[in-house]
Amino acid sequence: MNRLGDLERAIMEVLWESAGPMTVRQVSASLPNRGLAHTTVMTVLDRLAKKGFARRQRAGRAWLYRPAESREAYVAELMLTALDQTGDRQAALTRFARSVSEAEARALRAALETLTGADGT
Amino acid sequence: MAIALWQALGLGWGLATVGAITGLGTLGLHEGGRLSSLAADAGQAVWMLAGLGRPASRPWSLAAGLRLFALGAGTVLLAVLCWILLAAIAAVMRARHRQLSLLGLLAHGDPKVPGALVVDHPAAAAYCVPGLRSAIVFSAGTLSLLDQAELAAVLAHERAHLRARHDLVLLPFTALLRAFRWSATARDANREVALLVEMLADDRARRHRPARELATALLRVGAAGAGVAPAGALAAAAAASENAARPGAASGQLPASGQPAASAELAARVIRLLRPPPGLPAPAAVLVAAVTAALVITPVAALLLPI
Repeated sequence: MNRLGDLERAIMEVLWESAGPMTVRQVSASLPNRGLAHTTVMTVLDRLAKKGFARRQRAGRAWLYRPAESREAYVAELMLTALDQTGDRQAALTRFARSVSEAEARALRAALETLTGADGT
Repeated sequence: MAIALWQALGLGWGLATVGAITGLGTLGLHEGGRLSSLAADAGQAVWMLAGLGRPASRPWSLAAGLRLFALGAGTVLLAVLCWILLAAIAAVMRARHRQLSLLGLLAHGDPKVPGALVVDHPAAAAYCVPGLRSAIVFSAGTLSLLDQAELAAVLAHERAHLRARHDLVLLPFTALLRAFRWSATARDANREVALLVEMLADDRARRHRPARELATALLRVGAAGAGVAPAGALAAAAAASENAARPGAASGQLPASGQPAASAELAARVIRLLRPPPGLPAPAAVLVAAVTAALVITPVAALLLPI
């Protein structure tokens, strides 16, 4: 992961932790690395807004930033795609194993017990 | 033993290739009839346009009209098929880009799975995002579900996918499925090729790791997939994912119809891992290769040879 990516990630962490929208200055102050130039933080926030991960609104002369979605929503989006539950089957990802229904899962667990049981003997 | 493994690998490769070529071949056959007349009519049209009159050997009237219509239809069909493939590629690229940007913000490394990314979620999932910038992803649920040996086996399986670019094998079939959602043939072809690609990666992983570890990993992930996932949390996020840069997504098609096959596929892979099938005998392999070649050559010949 490049440095810009690391910074985007750190800034998103700050936005997710925050209770409300934040100004660039507030974000700068909350970052673990305090030595960053104001313009650098502003540029990265701007990039995040362009990518759709952050939303911004005017408040007087400053911009206020907040995350577009909660961290949990993004994690869930990743997992939805990963578990193939979005309904569109694309070749975008290659999955290790597709999930099965509960009844089938019981059968699989039984098979697993036989297999691991045989392992021990 | 090693020979048996190699033969099984060869069998897998053979089947996958046949599957791939069959799809392409039948597509070509559909096309072939029209394209042969297309070529003939293109020649005729050039003759006419050049003011050279009709070619001596070809009377043209109603037949020529039909042929010109076929020419148009063939061209349109060809263009549509190209468009479908391009649209599918674009959709896949968008989805992968979205995955990678989200992973960049959310995922972290873990010493249990060197080189892979981990997403903090209790459901069991392991997958790879293929491409020039690729990634292997595990959920935290998978890390706690599988032991170290099983994780290594899954990692070997996913690396095999990435190295062999299996996604490129699958892409034409998913493109066809997108275009012909109602077609059982397209659905079957897609599923079969997907299964064969998984088996190929299984075979490859088995060269580095014991087969049993991969088999138990498969069963554990398959069994946990439905049970562990907090369905409520996932459903709540469905809206978020539908907003996310994938316009063709919300077709409302549920994977339910495809689900009964999921456990059968898992079972097939597990049985194959534990009892590798003997490879094809040489004459059969030659026959398969010949039929495969014939499937490709026939439509091409129909197109090029004057009939």
